[in-house]
Parts: sequence; C-alpha cells; structure tokens
Amino acid sequence: MNLIQIIFWFLSSFAVISAIMVLVSKSPVHSVLWLIAVFFAISGHYILLNAQFLAIVNLIVYAGAIMVLFLFVIMMMNLNKDTDPQKNIWIKLAGAVSGGCLLMVLVSLVKQATEINGKEAMLGKGDIGLIGTLGKVLFTDFVVPFEISSVLFLSAMVGAVVIGKKDSKLENN
Amino acid sequence: MTLLSFDWPLLLEKFVLIAIIVFTTLGIALYTTFGERKVAAILQDRPGPNRAGPFGILQPLADGVKMFTKEEIIPTHANKWLFILGPGLAMVAALMTCAVIPWGGTVHIFNRDVVLQVTDINIGILYIFAVVSMGIYGIMIGGWASNNKFSLISSLRAASQAISYELAMGLSLIALIFVTGNLSLGEMVKQQQTHWWNIVYQPLGFLIFFICAMAECNRTPFDLPEAENELNFGYHQEYSSMKLGFYLFAEYINMIMSSAVMASLYFGGYDIPFVDDNLLYNSSGIWHTLAPFCQVGTLLLKIVFFIFVFMWIRWTIPRFRYDQLMNLGWKTLIPLALINMVITGSLIILKINHWHF
Repeated sequence: MNLIQIIFWFLSSFAVISAIMVLVSKSPVHSVLWLIAVFFAISGHYILLNAQFLAIVNLIVYAGAIMVLFLFVIMMMNLNKDTDPQKNIWIKLAGAVSGGCLLMVLVSLVKQATEINGKEAMLGKGDIGLIGTLGKVLFTDFVVPFEISSVLFLSAMVGAVVIGKKDSKLENN
Repeated sequence: MTLLSFDWPLLLEKFVLIAIIVFTTLGIALYTTFGERKVAAILQDRPGPNRAGPFGILQPLADGVKMFTKEEIIPTHANKWLFILGPGLAMVAALMTCAVIPWGGTVHIFNRDVVLQVTDINIGILYIFAVVSMGIYGIMIGGWASNNKFSLISSLRAASQAISYELAMGLSLIALIFVTGNLSLGEMVKQQQTHWWNIVYQPLGFLIFFICAMAECNRTPFDLPEAENELNFGYHQEYSSMKLGFYLFAEYINMIMSSAVMASLYFGGYDIPFVDDNLLYNSSGIWHTLAPFCQVGTLLLKIVFFIFVFMWIRWTIPRFRYDQLMNLGWKTLIPLALINMVITGSLIILKINHWHF
C-alpha cells in the first residue's frame, strides 16, 4: 500500500461513514453537517484524480452555497428531533429494500461495463480536470450541451423569481 | 520504505513557513485590535488606551489575559459540540486563506531556494472563495448552537449577507481574470511586476471587490450580524471567554487576509513600487540578500494601509439598514459588476483583433 492508496481508503471510508451518519442522525442540522463532510471527502477524491478545479468548485457550489441554503431553511423552520415526524417502521423497511435494489443494479451495471473493466484510474496525472483544459473542452467540443444547461439554470432562476414574487392583487385587497 | 519517501526537507520547509505565517498573522491581528482602538480614539478626538505600558502598547496582551481568564459558560440547552465547533471553524477558515497568498519572492537559505508562498495552486482565487464560504459555517453553527433566537436570527443575517455579496465579488473578479488570463495569485503578482498594477485596468472592479470584502468581513457599515441595537449582541451573544475571543479575532484575521488578497490582486502584491525587483535580485551584495525581505515589508505596508482604510470607514460611516444592504448588493453591485465584465471582455476581444471591429 502506498501513500495514495492510504489516502484513498481513508477518504472513502470517511465518505461512507459520513453518508451513513447523514441518514442515522436524528437532528436535521446534524444531517446537513455530515453531508458537508461527505462533500469534503469527495473533493479529496477529485484532488487525488488531479481534478483540482472540480474539487474546488464542488466545495464552493455544494458545500459553500447549496448546503448553506439547506442549513438556512432548517434553522429558520427550527426543525429538530421533536418536530420531525417519525416514519412508520414498515415504510422505513420498504425504503431500505428499494434502496438496496437500486444499489444492486448499479453495482451489477459497473461490473458488466466492458469499457471500464480492468482499467485503472489516472491518479495524480491526466490534466482533463485542470481549469484550462476543462474550459477548452467545454467551449469547443461540448459547447451546445453547455449552453443548453445554462438555459436550464436560467429557466430555474426565472421560475424561482415567479414563485417568490408577491401577488400584487392579493396585497391590494 | 516507499511509504516514507517524501521530500522531507520540502515538508519541513513548508511546515516552518506555515508556522511563521500563522504566528505573524496572529501577532498582527493582536495589534490590529489595538490599532483599531487607537484609530477610533483619534477619529473621535480622545486619547484611547494609554495605561498598559508606554502609549498603551501592552493593551492587547492585557485584553488577551482578560479573555483567557474569564469564566467559560455553555448555555444549558445548547449543543455542546457544535457550540465549541463554531468559533473553531471561524478561526480555521480565517487562517486557511494565507496558504495561497504570495508573501514575497524567493529566499536563498541553507542552500535551498525557499518560495515565500505556501502553495501556488493554479486555482488560487477559487481556493480563497471556497475558504470564505466555509467561514459562514462558523457563524451559522455558532448562532444555531447557542439556542438563542437573537443569535439564530443574526447568524442567518450573516449568512444571507455573505452569500449575496459573494456573487458580486465573484463577478468583479471574473473581469480581473479576463485581464490576467490565469487564476494563480503568484502568477498575477509576477505579471504586475513587469506591467502596470491591475488597479489601472480594473478600477471599478476593485471598488466592487473592496465593498464586498468589507461585507464579507462583517465590518461597519456592513456589520448587520452584530447590530446590537436590534439583536442584543449578535451571533456571539451566548459566547464568553476565549470562544468569544476567537470570533472577534477571526474578524480581524479576515480583515488582514482580505487586505492581503486585495493588495495581491490589484496593487501588485509584494512588488516594490518604482523599483525593478528583478534588478534588486540580480544585484550583488547586501541588496541581493535583503530583496525578499523588502518585498515582504512592502506587502505588509500595503496590508496595513488597507486595514487603516477599513478602520477609517468603520468609524466614519453609520450602519446600513437591512433592506439598504440587500438593495446595494443585488440591485447596484451585481449589475455594476456585470457591466464591468461586459466592457472588459469586449475591450479584450477588440485588443486581440488589433482594434478593428
């Protein structure tokens, strides 16, 4: 086992344990904090793959912005273990079974995929995740999907504004 | 032993460098608190702290001892772990920024060329953004764990303020990245050594960045999270002893770091004005040895100047109301930053086309 393998196993176990803690912890705020820990571990994996840009953007966007909004809402609503409705045991069991089925499908899919069989991940080399390379690829080869996804974001933003806008008729009455 | 086949001297070098930077930053932050009180005193025409030592120079030490020896109180229904984690996170996030700031050129010591920058990653600015957004968690967790409505509201205020102003900050930086063509702080400073400082190309961008930096540091006129006339004391109301000290201290370290970032991005970083630094390095004798230290001194002077401007503004301008704060962020700064970005981008394309439409 060399150093990179040790780091890999550490990060992986950290990610899995944190992900389990997201589900297990009773308080929603704790769940969000554990989810942030998962994002950190995944960013560590990106750095191992020499994708520094992805790693840092994962932290800025997911851990830095989206999770802050999650935390915001949960704190504002004052959700805690007293107000959180406890689900029926059968519903929990059904959720576990269906989640397990999905996991099985995914694992068998990865095992059957011939493209990745016997291939090794490029650790610490490969420059596709560096910002210059990534920018060139996104704005030359994949420019149409990239622009379409930005239109998707724009429509989401417009939708949020429309939902958040106060109804002027209601206010006047 | 392949496991231990590091470059041990490099590791040691970086470790010493980090220790020096962190302790220097803490020292400067200690005396920034003193400086703040003195500046406030001068602006308000009173003597300020002058009892501990000559000119009150030992006042920060007295404050530190006071902080450490106060009783440590954890509220009864507070979440103990998160309550302690809050100030720790705030402090860590404040100090982590210093990893990518270039503090000076290269020092030749013990037959090694030591670069006075912990790491020059090619996404330096994005790293700073990530760390800044981590700093919000310190405030949010602390405010929530205190189990106090005022703390909670004020920490939510802090978070929404920080998120709003991060947008304008990022947009103003995009225009700067257009000009420099890369995201590494070390490279940016090197470019400014041979060309004009970036403030010449991006005056509006700097203004926006400066205002946003002030908002990110929760400094007056943007200190809504600590608005004591509305919220008792703010997100650290339940904190006492050194945990409160950490929150207050993190604010000063944030101020130092944002000053350092501003100096590096727009004012040439460690570049000595009116002096050709490379000439200094290539000369022989005492100036060759002193050159990197002169550069560090220059950067520190620039930082001190910016800190003074921060304090000057704090003791001159009153606090914004919350709707004014949000209007300024969303309706003024973001459109301005977007216009700045469009103008910069079109000028750069024109320049590439040799000024033909």
